[in-house]
Amino acid sequence: MKIVLNGESFATDAKTLDELCARLGFAEAKIATALNGNFVAATSRNATPLTDADEIEIVAPRQGG
Amino acid sequence: MLTLYGKEFSSRLLLGTAQYPSPESLKQAVVTSGAEIVTISLRRESARSRTGQGFWALIEELGCRVLPNTAGCRTAKEAIATAHMARELFGTGWVKLEVIANDDTLQPDLFGLVEAAAALSAEGFEVLPYTTEDLSAAERLVAAGCTVLMPWAAPIGSARGLVNKDALKTLRAYFPDITLVIDAGLGTPSHAAEAMEMGYDAVLLNTAVAKAGDPAKMAAAFARAVEAGRLAFEAGPIEPRDMASPSTPVAGTPFFKIDHAS
Repeated sequence: MKIVLNGESFATDAKTLDELCARLGFAEAKIATALNGNFVAATSRNATPLTDADEIEIVAPRQGG
Repeated sequence: MLTLYGKEFSSRLLLGTAQYPSPESLKQAVVTSGAEIVTISLRRESARSRTGQGFWALIEELGCRVLPNTAGCRTAKEAIATAHMARELFGTGWVKLEVIANDDTLQPDLFGLVEAAAALSAEGFEVLPYTTEDLSAAERLVAAGCTVLMPWAAPIGSARGLVNKDALKTLRAYFPDITLVIDAGLGTPSHAAEAMEMGYDAVLLNTAVAKAGDPAKMAAAFARAVEAGRLAFEAGPIEPRDMASPSTPVAGTPFFKIDHAS
């Protein structure tokens, strides 16, 4: 399946958002997620299935003004 | 003391964390500024570089309270989703709410800002909106639940200082009980002092410190200017007048003759 991960096309067979994060090495990382423009809480990621063309955002703290 | 949503702070200077020449430079500037609150953002995290993880370790070292922003959001929906991500990530309901209307001026989209502020306040967020000096927008933001407003002095990063002083004075006079923070557009410590003399409660700045030749020294300069401006406001500045008024007593002036008086 092809999804859009942080604005770029990405092939994955991860079934859930939680699985995707784990495969990317983010299992213990300080990240937050959104699916198709809507926030997905960390506790909801394993109950969030991925489907083709989903748009995923995975963000972390960064410098800001 | 500066009060923001029930929390008290002794420093009235809030500092951004972007654009410093190095992480060490950022740390030094935060220390010399005396800031107790720093702003941060959320950005896409790469599985390879994991940039955000290292940055977060640096922020934790500083021991400051964090104020996450929604910089770069162009719609209320984007800002709301970003605020939710920030609340989970940083464990704070505070959000420096930015909904940007224009790439050249980075001016707030006041319509989207009010919409997002109302939605987030209803969900329990404590919203610190980056707004303009517009009074009607300010009224809408207060009606939406904001007890802090953060009007710009000038466009972000422009270093122009208080461009619309009359409107900023009006805003201060109109909202005596709202915490007002000047956010964006300051270039030099004198700009910060001027805002504080007008009765603004605090200033938030980033570029003026981060891009200075010596960020730590400039941060110290801003800290003193903010403190001086606040002291001056509390002391009650005199009103300007058109004509001179002698400070030395006139009575008893040597050689005084009535003909010389004018």
